[in-house]
Amino acid sequence: MDWGLFTIQMLNGVQLGVLLFLLAAGLTLVFGIMDFVNLAHGSLYMMGAYFCATLVQLTDSFVLGVILALPLTALLGWIVELIVVRALYTHDHLDHVLATFGMILCFDTAVDFIWGPTGMAIPLPEVLDSHIDLFGGHTFPVFRILIISTGLAVAGFLYVMVSHTRIGMLIRAGASNRTMVMALGVDIGKLFALVFAVGAALAGLAGMLIAPITEASIGMGNEIIIVAFVVIIIGGIGSIKGAFVAAMLVGLIDTMGRSFLDQLLKVFMSSESAETSAPALSAMAIYILMAMVLAFRPQGLFPPKVR
Amino acid sequence: MSGAFLEVRNLYKSYGGIAATDHVDLDVRQSELHAIIGPNGAGKTTLISQLSGEIDPDGGTIRFDGRDMTRTPAYKRSLLGLARSFQITSLMLDMTVLENVALAVQAHAGHSFRFWQAARKDPALTEPAMAALEAVGLQDRANDIAQAMSHGEHRQLEIAMALATNPVLLLLDEPMAGMGVEESQRMVEILRSLKGEKTMLLIEHDMDAVFALADRISVLVYGRVIATGTPEEIRGDEAVRRAYLGDEVA
Amino acid sequence: MTSLFRTGLPAFVMVAGLGFLALLPVLAEWVDNIFLIDLFMRLMILSIAAVGLNLILGYGGMVSFGHAAYLVIGAYAVGIPAYYDIYDGFLQFAIAIVASAAVALVTGAIALRTKGVYFIMITMAFAQMVYFTFVSIEEYGADDGLTINMRSEFAGLLDIEDNFTLYYFVLVSLIAVLGLVYRIVHSRFGMVISGAKGNERRMQAIGFPTYRYRLVCYVISGAICGYAGALLGNFTNFITPEMGDWVHSGELIFMVVLGGAGSLFGPVLGTAVFILLEEYLSRLTQYWHFPFGAMLILVVIFTRGGINGMFRWLGMKSGIGGRS
Repeated sequence: MDWGLFTIQMLNGVQLGVLLFLLAAGLTLVFGIMDFVNLAHGSLYMMGAYFCATLVQLTDSFVLGVILALPLTALLGWIVELIVVRALYTHDHLDHVLATFGMILCFDTAVDFIWGPTGMAIPLPEVLDSHIDLFGGHTFPVFRILIISTGLAVAGFLYVMVSHTRIGMLIRAGASNRTMVMALGVDIGKLFALVFAVGAALAGLAGMLIAPITEASIGMGNEIIIVAFVVIIIGGIGSIKGAFVAAMLVGLIDTMGRSFLDQLLKVFMSSESAETSAPALSAMAIYILMAMVLAFRPQGLFPPKVR
Repeated sequence: MSGAFLEVRNLYKSYGGIAATDHVDLDVRQSELHAIIGPNGAGKTTLISQLSGEIDPDGGTIRFDGRDMTRTPAYKRSLLGLARSFQITSLMLDMTVLENVALAVQAHAGHSFRFWQAARKDPALTEPAMAALEAVGLQDRANDIAQAMSHGEHRQLEIAMALATNPVLLLLDEPMAGMGVEESQRMVEILRSLKGEKTMLLIEHDMDAVFALADRISVLVYGRVIATGTPEEIRGDEAVRRAYLGDEVA
Repeated sequence: MTSLFRTGLPAFVMVAGLGFLALLPVLAEWVDNIFLIDLFMRLMILSIAAVGLNLILGYGGMVSFGHAAYLVIGAYAVGIPAYYDIYDGFLQFAIAIVASAAVALVTGAIALRTKGVYFIMITMAFAQMVYFTFVSIEEYGADDGLTINMRSEFAGLLDIEDNFTLYYFVLVSLIAVLGLVYRIVHSRFGMVISGAKGNERRMQAIGFPTYRYRLVCYVISGAICGYAGALLGNFTNFITPEMGDWVHSGELIFMVVLGGAGSLFGPVLGTAVFILLEEYLSRLTQYWHFPFGAMLILVVIFTRGGINGMFRWLGMKSGIGGRS
């Protein structure tokens, strides 16, 4: 076993987990509080990446690009809530799914129209575009460390916000009892818009962080959004803590499975059959995890107390 | 050997540390109409839901006709002859009245993995269903959509569905809730016509109806049975007076 | 979701529709536009899948967001044997049906333990799992897909190599599936399924183990989509895992809902509207997805789904209604 490689893949797993958490946090809050299913959450992830790419081009600074793109994505989320999502709260989940599905088509086409069909790279400043040395002659990109630390910082910030502030109290209460929040005299419309905008900004941030590695591209959110759904199902819909734990689990299992499953399987079977079955199995790993969690806990690992 | 038809021992269920059903013992004898009364929040519906199998108790046993069915799923209890009506009307609202009752008949006519023959015209289902509707006086509404009916008619349909499963024990959760005087009167008549034929456990707030119909009464307060006896005994019971009947009877 | 066609289109719409489909190849020859045959063949194949999905979505109230997976399974049930030069249609279609049913049984058994939005997301995730499984199998082309050199052979009884024959084979399949679903939803089994949609708790209280019935319904629905997938594999001659992408599952739901979930012919109508609109818009502009998506949003917001709801919203009183 190459422990250096192992460490690198662990870090990659954590990095994927962090990105998934950023996506899942917004998704789970929006669902927990508004009872709204947002398939187009992945589109906000994509929009964040494109906003950032454009702003980096204009300002020549990655950091400035991110700082400017964040409120822009939040604003976009706020507008989307105002003109589309708000009209859907009284509808059932099927309608949410259908309407936000239509939104995805609109967003993908809008990006195609504005930015063109090819992806957009985001150049990194030299400081970030370098590697640090790990043991065993391995190196690890500085930028990925930035992703991990940003994600962990956001997680910490969200945790403090949700568990120690008035807004957080309302969010927690809203996740379990909407009537109670309304009885407290809170303007529920404003709270919803705020949560949606914050969720959009978090998704956008995830997009901005991944785009320098993969570049911003049309439909980039459509695949990862499903994994984010898997995360919130495992974590328990509505729970930030659940989203974090599940995101880490999913990120690690997926990354480690893809890197090491063939070696693990070789212990049990011929190396040929291990090499053919490992890719399929590791592709399925997170879904199998989800199935197992659901078999024992249909409400996920950390279900909100009452609905 | 207590000889009770439905025998509940030491039944316990708590929500967040508060006992909704607090070590309840209850015996319902064959063919009697046994009423359960108690103030709001006494845990009456929680109790019935455990008897019907929708809620799992935390402890204790439920025996029905000599067999333990504490953990038996709801559908199996129904197949064993136990039927319930719901306090909050619980129907297939987008179906017709007849379809609702026919489904109840169908549930007890063998398995339903029958994919080919049309069910709506099957006399084996519709005839018993019509009979159940006649028993509650709804035969004229058979082809109306359930949603379109009045509250009182919904309650009657609830009873018809329970009857259509040909039960030996009926669990009736406030069949008269929200009814007008006339409708209540009609429901009392329906229940009276069933007396002796079916064993019934009746939860009801309408004291006139309870004292007119019941053979025996149990009083539930804060999840506990504080007294059981004939209507006369319950009227005379000091504890019951204090806890519950006080201002109504005195 | 209310729909004017909630309880079924009048019979003449259905007869007229099927009559039109039967005459279409002749019509296409007449106007000298062979492309129409392809277009309507695709329309009918997706209709079959939509009718299958409608069995659980419309009649059973189970919103599966993963039914495109069964299309892929069905398509690969044709493609993989063909890869090994096995073209026996009976075998291929049997594999398509059995394999989809088996996957539906396993995933449905888990998904049906949950309700509402969990069910939507889980079906979606399992479909994605199927998708990635095919993507990861290098032997069968991974995401580059698989070319099918020859269409299914039915022991000399039927030759669908020619598009004309395949067209009628698909049409007959559509009619057969409509007949099958009609029988199922009106049977005792169908009554249990719609009862459980209306009020599952009550259904259990009157003695139905609803989970089993729902699972069997889910399996039948998956098998129908698997069958449609086998037709699709024959039709396109080239299959990729992308056919099972969740976006296509979403499109299938739209086809069902547009035409009116819970009506027999509604999904066919919805598929027709969906495919023809897609075809029309895509000729107008390369950015046709935008107006298309916007229209979907508007339909949902203002009509709560369903073409009929749209009519109503436009103030058109229609006499279509009544129970089927």
